[in-house]
Amino acid sequence: MTRRDFRSCREIRDEIRTGKTSAVSVMQDTLERIRTFNPEINAFRETFDDEAMAEARKIDERLARGEDPGPLTGVPVGIKDNIATTEGTTTCGSKMLDGYRSPYEATVVTRLREAGAIPVGRTNCDEFAMGSSTETCVHGPVRNPWNTERVPGGSSGGSSAAVAAGLVPATLGSDTGGSIRQPAALCGCVGLKPSYGRVSRYGLVAFGSSLDQIGPLTRTVEDAAIMLDVIAGVDDHDSTSAPEPAAVVELGGGFPEGLRVGIPRQYREPGANEPAVEREVDRAIALLREAGAEIVDIDLPLTETGISTYYVIAPAEASSNLARYDGIRYGHRSTEPSGSVDELYARSRSEGFGPEVQRRVMLGTYVLSSGYYDAYYQRALKVRRLIKNEFDRAFEQCDVLLGPTAPSTAFELGAKPDPVAMYLCDIYTVNNNMAGICGISIPSGTDTEEDGLPIGLHLQAQAFDEKMLLEAAGALETLVGFECSSLEK
Amino acid sequence: MTGPKKNQLSIQEVEKVAKLARLKLNEDQLELYAGQLSSILEHIAELEKLEIEGVEPMAHPIPLNNRLDDDVPGDPMPVDALLRNAPEVVDSFISVPKVLGGES
Repeated sequence: MTRRDFRSCREIRDEIRTGKTSAVSVMQDTLERIRTFNPEINAFRETFDDEAMAEARKIDERLARGEDPGPLTGVPVGIKDNIATTEGTTTCGSKMLDGYRSPYEATVVTRLREAGAIPVGRTNCDEFAMGSSTETCVHGPVRNPWNTERVPGGSSGGSSAAVAAGLVPATLGSDTGGSIRQPAALCGCVGLKPSYGRVSRYGLVAFGSSLDQIGPLTRTVEDAAIMLDVIAGVDDHDSTSAPEPAAVVELGGGFPEGLRVGIPRQYREPGANEPAVEREVDRAIALLREAGAEIVDIDLPLTETGISTYYVIAPAEASSNLARYDGIRYGHRSTEPSGSVDELYARSRSEGFGPEVQRRVMLGTYVLSSGYYDAYYQRALKVRRLIKNEFDRAFEQCDVLLGPTAPSTAFELGAKPDPVAMYLCDIYTVNNNMAGICGISIPSGTDTEEDGLPIGLHLQAQAFDEKMLLEAAGALETLVGFECSSLEK
Repeated sequence: MTGPKKNQLSIQEVEKVAKLARLKLNEDQLELYAGQLSSILEHIAELEKLEIEGVEPMAHPIPLNNRLDDDVPGDPMPVDALLRNAPEVVDSFISVPKVLGGES
C-alpha cells in the first residue's frame, strides 16, 4: 500500500548512500505516491516518470561503482512551473505558455542534478507567480493538504502542498513578494527565500526582475540549508548572481551564543493577526528568551506601506517583462483573424493572460506611463530606499527579525475575491524582497488541536547572512518542536 | 461624492492603458478593471503622504555593474528546439500577418 513519506532529504540520501534502499526504489515509491495522493490536491501538474526512473537507475549504477553522486543522492525534487526544465512543459500556470517546451534548463535544475537530485515533476503555481493562493493557476487551484477546502498559499502553492502532503521531500519555488514563505507557512513546511543575487535566476520566468529569487521548500531547516548550498553561487548566465561564496551551514551545534532577536512592533499591531498566530509568536519569543536569546524591540514604521510600494514596483517590472508574450515566436497566438500585427498581439495577449495577470500588466503600464511615472514609480523607488534603510538600522540592533509569516492561517478557496485583500496576505514578506535581504518561514504549530491549520514563523536576516538566518531557524525549529508528519494521523 | 475622485480610473482611461499594454478588452472587462484598478490606486495613494525629498531612488537591491564576457563562440541552441514553440512556421521561418500596408 502506498503511504505518504515524511522523511527528510538527508534521511533519504543517507539511506540510499548506505544501501538501505536504492534510488530506483525511492523513485518508484515517489511516483506511485504522487499518482495516489496528487489528485486530491493538484500540487503536481505533470511528472517525468521515464526520465526520473532513468536518472534513478544511473544514480544506483554510480553508487555501485563506488562514486558519490552528491549531497542530494537520489532525492526526488519537484520544480515550480515557472522554472525551466527540458523535460515536460514549462507553463507558468498560464494559457499563454500552454505546451511550451523549454529549449534550455534553469541553472538551479542543472545544479540539483549535479548534486545527485532527480527532478520528478512540475508543481502548479499562480499564473506567472502572481497570487497568494494558487487560485489563478490555469490548471485549476491547488488545495491545502491539511484541509482541502483551504488554499495552500501562493504563488508556490503546488511546491508547498507537495512537500506538506508527503509526496516529495523538497521542491523549488520562487519568491517575488512572499511566494515561497507564505505558502510554506500555510502548509506547515519550511520555505527559504535567499538574498537577492544568492541564487541564479537563469531559467526562472521573469516576473519582477529586481525582486525574484528561487529558493527551496523542505520539511526541515537542515534540508533547506543543503538545498541552498547546492543551488547558490555565481552563474555566467545571470549577471545579477553574486560572487559571494555560499554559506556552509552546520546545524545542531547548540543554540547560537548571544543571538539577538528583533521583534518589529509593526508585525504585531493589535488586531492585525489571528489570535492563534499571535499565540505562536509569543510562544517562540518565550522559548528563545529561555534559551538565552536577547529579545530586542524593533521599529519598522514602513511595514504597512510596503504593500503599496510593492504594488507599484512589481507590476511595473511585470508589465515590462511580460511584454515579450506577443504570440509571435512562442506562446499562445490567437486564431481569430487579425488584420495587423498589432491586433494579433492584443488578441493573443487577451486570450493568453488570465485576469490577475492582465490587472497587473495594466497597473504596471499605468504607473510607468507618461504623466504618472514620477507620481507613482519614481516615488515608490524612493520609498523602497527608505525601506532598505529601515532594515539596515534594525540589523544594527539585532541579528535576526522574528514575526509571523502571514497574518492568518490558510483561508477558504474563493474567500478573497478582492485583489487588495489578497495583496495584504504578503504584508510581512514583501519588504524583504524590496530590500534584497533573506528570510525563512518555519512551521511552529497549528491554530487548533483538532484538525488545526499550520502557522509559520518568519525569520529575516541581512543580505548574504544566510548562515545567521539558518542557524537561528535551526535553533528555533528545535525549540518549537513542530511535527510535519502530523498530517498522517 | 462630487466630481471625479483622485486615483479613480475612468473606463476611457482603462481603455487607453489596455491599448498601451496591448490588451483587447470588452465592455464588461473594462468596467470590472476600472473598479479594481481604482481600488488598488486608492490603496497606493498612501505613498503620497511620505516625506521623500532628497531620497535617492532604489531600482535594484544590489549594485549593478556591467559584466563583460569573453567573446568566444558557444554552442547555440538547436534551431528546431527554438522553432518547435513557434505558433506558425514556414520552413525555418516564423510566420506572421502582414506588417506593412495593413491598419495604420
